[in-house]
Amino acid sequence: MLNKNFYLILIISLVFAISFWIGFNVNLLPAQASINAPIYDELFKILFIIGLIIFIGMTIAVIYSLFKFRKRNDQIGDGIALEGNLSLEIVWTIIPSIIVLLIGLYSYNIYDRMGGMKELNHNHKMMSSNTEKIWAGISQTSDNEVAINNLSIEVSAMQFAFLFNYPKGNFISGELHVPVDQKVSMKMESKDVIHAFWVPEFRIKQDIIPGQPTILNFTPTKVGKYPIICAELCGPYHGGMRASIIVEEESDYNEWFNNNKKPEVNL
Amino acid sequence: MTISIDPQKTNNESLQPKGWLRYFSFSLDHKVIGIQYLVCGFLFYLIGGTLASAIRIELASPMSDFMPRDVYNQVLTLHGTIMIFLWIVPVVNGAFGNYLIPFYVGARDMAFPRLNAVAFWLIPPSGLMLVASYFVEGAAQAGWTAYPPLSITTPQSGQIIWILSVLLLGGSSIFGGINFIATIIKLRRPGLKLMQLPMYCWAMLGTSLLVVLSTPVLAGTLILLSFDIIANTGFFNPVLGGNVVVYQHLFWFYSHPAVYIMVLPAFGLVSEILPVHARKPLFGYTTMVFSIMGIVVLGLVVWAHHMFTSGTPPWMRLFFTIATAFIAVPTGIKFFNWVATLWGGKISINSAMLFSCGFIINFVFGGITGVALAQVPFDIHVHDTYFVVAHFHYIVYGGTVFIIFSSIYHWFPKVTGKMLNEKLGILHFIITFIGFNLCFAPQHWLGLNGMPRRVAEYDPQFQFVNQISSLGALLMAISTIPFLINVFLSVKNGKDAGDNPWNALTPEWLTSSPPPVENWEGEAPLVEEPYGYGKEISEQN
Repeated sequence: MLNKNFYLILIISLVFAISFWIGFNVNLLPAQASINAPIYDELFKILFIIGLIIFIGMTIAVIYSLFKFRKRNDQIGDGIALEGNLSLEIVWTIIPSIIVLLIGLYSYNIYDRMGGMKELNHNHKMMSSNTEKIWAGISQTSDNEVAINNLSIEVSAMQFAFLFNYPKGNFISGELHVPVDQKVSMKMESKDVIHAFWVPEFRIKQDIIPGQPTILNFTPTKVGKYPIICAELCGPYHGGMRASIIVEEESDYNEWFNNNKKPEVNL
Repeated sequence: MTISIDPQKTNNESLQPKGWLRYFSFSLDHKVIGIQYLVCGFLFYLIGGTLASAIRIELASPMSDFMPRDVYNQVLTLHGTIMIFLWIVPVVNGAFGNYLIPFYVGARDMAFPRLNAVAFWLIPPSGLMLVASYFVEGAAQAGWTAYPPLSITTPQSGQIIWILSVLLLGGSSIFGGINFIATIIKLRRPGLKLMQLPMYCWAMLGTSLLVVLSTPVLAGTLILLSFDIIANTGFFNPVLGGNVVVYQHLFWFYSHPAVYIMVLPAFGLVSEILPVHARKPLFGYTTMVFSIMGIVVLGLVVWAHHMFTSGTPPWMRLFFTIATAFIAVPTGIKFFNWVATLWGGKISINSAMLFSCGFIINFVFGGITGVALAQVPFDIHVHDTYFVVAHFHYIVYGGTVFIIFSSIYHWFPKVTGKMLNEKLGILHFIITFIGFNLCFAPQHWLGLNGMPRRVAEYDPQFQFVNQISSLGALLMAISTIPFLINVFLSVKNGKDAGDNPWNALTPEWLTSSPPPVENWEGEAPLVEEPYGYGKEISEQN
């Protein structure tokens, strides 16, 4: 009996060791380029390890049972008449419940750190009135910390392009330029069907909906050019609906901004 | 009240065609209707599979070069709709439900045989209509979810035909659901208690409750959508002040339970198959029953997890995270119980057993990615990407379709009196299992790294992994060949099965194979212990 338990513990430790090794050494995710990305990857790693432990454990249990308890040619009759084991069943009800609950609390914490639980608002002084209802999004700006120097951008999506309106510069661009390490706040609305704004390197996505503005705030951390992908089926050219986000040093960004800036028209 | 539920009257033999002809007739025999569902579903599976192959051919290269872009969207819409509404739902519910439930409750037919036949005969015309819409002005191209405003702005005829067809199929599903509930509750043989029923009855009871509660919501939603399309109303049309997010809520109120409508019957079927081939009682009958009902209740309150990146406020995102993650608990119980059923058995390693074990492994994988997807922050990155495509194929193909095949290997001798060839069956399993995992496992990586779903073109760096996936799809297509050969050969020249080749204890095996029209020559047997394996041995000891 001691021998049996020894092997069981050995196998369980091996499963844990393999899962942790894979979890820490196999990277399945693209580059990290926003402050959300490392937070996301932390959650991913935890879920990946827990998932591997369960999956490898269950697979071993199934294959082992098939091998160990297979019917030999000389055998007749049935297996043991075991109809259940209440304490075992209670154990495998309670342990998954605890795991699921802990994952839920942990992902709440992650979501909060991403800014998901902050009140939804958008600090546009020029374009939107304060009473407008924002339906959904991820906000990293709560009411009392509306930073004046946040970069505010209005995004409009249509079949099959994104347009980025820089209200402060009074111009519209087909490419999204943002300075590195600065909070960007976007208010998005669609002109026709539902689209979505996704930057895989930023680990953020938000649908762009006709008739219901959504917001998306993020802070890029790495200079570079990343794809903006439409993730919601929007018509025949959905797969080609792409734009680029260019994260650049503040001086480069200012140069680009001043080159495109148009004087305000006073009516 | 003149509705007759007396099977003696409804099964008037002299009026029913005999032989092969009865499968093309308005037969009232639940066994004939079950086979009609199965064969009809399988034909649509071949159509849906052909469409899937077309998708994988298009995605073998990064450019959109195999078919026009709007045709590609029609193909993916038809693929999803056919596989869900014409293959999986009718087969796991209609086919096996009709064939088995009357045996399991000890009845000679379903409670409402005519309604049953109507429910089946709604399927072929609506399926043909759906496929034919391609030749009118092009089929629907807004995806099987048909989100407005896209579904309002794409060509109307295809979308309207799609709506009509899904409404008819939904109607068929509701008729079936009512029939199953009535049969299980009211037609049980005297002396047979609810807690003595085989597990598939419980699964079908839970599934039918979901069907009856949620399908009408889909029907109502689609009727409103059709008004928006043909009558210029503004329920979901933002130009006229409509709300597109309300459609998503209503749609997913049906379509998430639809996932359970597709997997709960499979849970029931695997609970019938494993004990027979492992020669052991089903482990934890009572917890299995409660976990089915737990899944039914939770399944009704998780729909918004499909909308985490849509117009959903933060509190709603959080509630649906917790509710969704908790479905893993009753589902997990069932998987632990199945492994415990295998444990200590005398397992015959045959095709039915292998497909069932393949189901356990695939579904556990899909369930784990499902718990991850339930977490809002996780989902925000991978929503609407190939990660999700991979996840739900692990559930509906790796899960349910594996069980459909397992069930065909298990019940083929019952239906035909002949055995299927085991060597071809194991070959079928191996090709399917490898092809399936080769096709869908790499898609998780694609989604995580930036490939959205429903696209005809993608970045060149994804080409290699997409080609691996397409190779897997090719294997899956090939895997149907040994299966079809096996079925056609065995129907004609298969080994004689006898009445009960597996020595099973559930009631459908306690009659001749194939069974007589009245199911039993005499009185229906009272089976109080459908899983009483190993009992005689322990009594002898």
